Amino acid sequence: MNQWEVVIGIETHAQLATATKIFSGAATAFGAAPNTQACAVDLALPGVLPVLNKMAVECAIRFGLAIDAEVAGKSVFARKNYFYPDLPKGYQISQMDLPVVVGGKIALQVGQGDKAYEKVVRLTRAHLEEDAGKSLHEDFHGKSGIDLNRAGTPLLEIVSEPDMRSSDEAVAYAKVLHALVRWIGICDGNMQEGSFRCDANVSVRPKGQAELGTRREIKNLNSFRFLKEAIDFEVQWQINEIEEGRKIRQATVLFDPDTGETRMMRSKEDAHDYRYFPDPDLLPLAISADWIDRVKGELPELPRQMRERFISDLGLSGYDATTLTASQEMADYFESTVTIAGKANAKPCANWVMVDLAARLNKEGRELAESPVSAAQLAGLVQRIADNTVSNNIAKKVFDALWNGDGATADEVIERQGLRQITDSGAIAALVDEVLAANAASVAEFRAGKEKAFNALVGQVMKAAKGKANPQQVNDLLRQKLAG
Amino acid sequence: MINASLKQLSQALAAKRISSIELTQLYLDRIARLNPALNAFVTVDPEKSLKMARAADARIAAASGAKPAGPLTGIPIAQKDIFCAEGWRTTCGSRMLANFISPYDATVIQKMHAEAGLVSLGKTNMDEFAMGSSNETSFFGPVRNPWDQQRVPGGSSGGSAAAVAARLAPAATGTDTGGSIRQPAALCNLTGLKPTYGVVSRYGMIAFASSLDQGGPMARSAEDCALLLNSMAGFDERDSTSLDRPLEDYARELEKPLTGLRIGLPKEFFGAGCDAGVMAAVQAAIDEYRKLGATTVEVSLPNSHLSVPAYYVIAPAEASSNLSRFDGVRYGYRAPEYGNLDDMYMKSRAQGFGAEVKRRILIGTYVLSHGYYDAYYLQAQRIRRLIANDFVEAFKSCDVIMGPTSPTTAFKLGEKAADPVQMYLSDIYTIAVNLAGLPGMSIPCGFAGGLPVGLQLIGNYFAEAQLLNMAHRYQQVSDWHQRSPAGID
Repeated sequence: MNQWEVVIGIETHAQLATATKIFSGAATAFGAAPNTQACAVDLALPGVLPVLNKMAVECAIRFGLAIDAEVAGKSVFARKNYFYPDLPKGYQISQMDLPVVVGGKIALQVGQGDKAYEKVVRLTRAHLEEDAGKSLHEDFHGKSGIDLNRAGTPLLEIVSEPDMRSSDEAVAYAKVLHALVRWIGICDGNMQEGSFRCDANVSVRPKGQAELGTRREIKNLNSFRFLKEAIDFEVQWQINEIEEGRKIRQATVLFDPDTGETRMMRSKEDAHDYRYFPDPDLLPLAISADWIDRVKGELPELPRQMRERFISDLGLSGYDATTLTASQEMADYFESTVTIAGKANAKPCANWVMVDLAARLNKEGRELAESPVSAAQLAGLVQRIADNTVSNNIAKKVFDALWNGDGATADEVIERQGLRQITDSGAIAALVDEVLAANAASVAEFRAGKEKAFNALVGQVMKAAKGKANPQQVNDLLRQKLAG
Repeated sequence: MINASLKQLSQALAAKRISSIELTQLYLDRIARLNPALNAFVTVDPEKSLKMARAADARIAAASGAKPAGPLTGIPIAQKDIFCAEGWRTTCGSRMLANFISPYDATVIQKMHAEAGLVSLGKTNMDEFAMGSSNETSFFGPVRNPWDQQRVPGGSSGGSAAAVAARLAPAATGTDTGGSIRQPAALCNLTGLKPTYGVVSRYGMIAFASSLDQGGPMARSAEDCALLLNSMAGFDERDSTSLDRPLEDYARELEKPLTGLRIGLPKEFFGAGCDAGVMAAVQAAIDEYRKLGATTVEVSLPNSHLSVPAYYVIAPAEASSNLSRFDGVRYGYRAPEYGNLDDMYMKSRAQGFGAEVKRRILIGTYVLSHGYYDAYYLQAQRIRRLIANDFVEAFKSCDVIMGPTSPTTAFKLGEKAADPVQMYLSDIYTIAVNLAGLPGMSIPCGFAGGLPVGLQLIGNYFAEAQLLNMAHRYQQVSDWHQRSPAGID
């Protein structure tokens, strides 16, 4: 494994969140009864013609601006010709030679904590196209049913360069892209419904070799977990093949989540000749500088811009800023927390959101939107830590109480449960004296040079204070008294 | 009545000298009597036609000075069976659609029915998917030329041409991809106009070659064509290639004098390859134009010899893709027996399409294939630009271009059916106009061997009114267009 380098490029189909289809006025809503959202154009009746939906173009412009790409002033729709029952016209309208978005890049953070590193993935292009319908092979007594509701749904196909070197990088890329298309409001990101699906082009080559290995394309991965599992399996399969002296042949493969394996769908030899040519029913798509400027003016603050602001304005680390801007929900939650708790508390807010809250959500399998602890509640708690009302340890108790609904605010929980920190030095000194008196052995050990004994004494004082004594004060007083 | 102009019919209807019902019935009776020999119509539905006529009569009755009925209200016409019409069988001359009832109206049909108040008499025969120059490729059998029933009417709008020539309809719609309005107009002694690409909506007009197809009127005079075009033309947001221009009255310049008009005569249209009788009639017509005050100048279209080869790459390429939707899955012909999906496709398309359509699908598929695309399709597109530039150059020294519409008069049924290249050459003078997207007309200009000859007029972009003006002035001093074939009374 170690002498092999993995090379991955990803093609993503993001279904654009327009109300109507890309070339007809039919609705795009998911889940309607079969063939109730397919008009004459979607059915490809004789004589019908496509008319481009401007909202789909706006989505493409938004995306192009969000990834720092060139939005092409002129792009061309082309026909991709092949026969399939759920492709009503016998061709898909797509873009080939001149796509609407060219280039661009996406910054990722791969891994967590100390092992995290930054990575930039370059994008090749993004182009507009229409989705096909669906073939339904069950429940038709040996025949297949065709549902054309999805036919003509606008898609943005986003193609990356082969810049990723591991399944972790591939997943990180897909997650950032997923967050971004939702962030800028062009895709609902619903992977179960197929609104966001990835094809992974995977190859391996000996480390140090410049030439790319032969790739196989894994089609239609509709979850991050499948993306990772499919790539991991495929990589191992390719390495085994090569190590056993066989050549990789270019192919399209499918991933079977039940077995965790990829299997060949078609080889390069049976690949279609799609006979692309410019669609004579559609004029070249012209996008003016004015149009681009207007869309630019309507864009929300982008994750990368927000990240920079978190670093410069709030003093967060790059790692924290990236993590907090990984999704709109996370960023919004964090921003709300800081707004209430104050900029000075940005770092503890970040820690609470990224660590404690994230861990709890993860443990209970909940999304941030379902968090029982609101941003305002968390901010209240952070403020009480900052003003020494509670220690960090006690704060975790308060957090648990808020999570469980035992109190509407941190203050209420603290008062009701009597968790206020003891900061009265007289009271703490009394406790210290008690502990020193009762633990002569530990005191002796400490004086003999055993630092460990000091921690034991601190523990005893905290225990006597039911955890509520200010830890710093306990430390200071203990040292004083032991020295004295 | 059957020789009356649209204007005269309009006046008779408005004055209630005749009702639309009576007029429609008159033509339906003629169709019942004469169509079996000519095979010009593939579908007539008297009940539907009479229902529209009744509605038109109601419109006329309800009209007032302040709110007049449209000038064409109640006039019955024939529709080429390439236009989808709601509730009407729409076949495109193919077995593939022999049982297809359209659930919607083409924009042209909708405008003619709902806006103009025209009555449709039925759907006219045509070459299958408009691929042909003789009307012999129709699944419904060939149309016969009313001037000589052993001869073809031209194509692909041969049914419309024969119907109007035999007075089975006062006028008709046609479509023109490489000459399909002008060539049958020439062979049947009619006036036909192919507008500038984008003037008439293609929505609901079954596509043959999308970048070339254009609907237009076929009638017995320029004036009739102008009135009919008024009801067909106009921007349509459902057709992205439709041109968003202000509406115009195409009859506004009919009477304008031709003094000082410069007629360009391309030397490539007056060389070898054209029948002597055709050429003589064309020259005589040009002389008549000189008498009307026009001057002539020789021009050159140096790339015109490339128009047929370029056309037979581009049109089949687009057709091969346009016709992919006829796959037996959702509507249209499906083979009665098949093994699997691929077998269903192959059998349905093998049985549903005729030989000429299959030939063009094969050519089109070939020229778009990987490895051939640049050499054929892209090269043909380059030639297309050269041809368009030729016209731009030519129009620097003339206002309108003239020449023969077709190199021959109507040929015998079967004469060219076995030789596609000979057949393709019948459109040698018309095809360049489609490649350039220009407007073109054919008007009757005499006879050769007892068969009609057509004079072609080619205008600059959006010069429809000017072409109609030129045709009209000529028709005021000639009577070729008024002659009718024998045996149709």
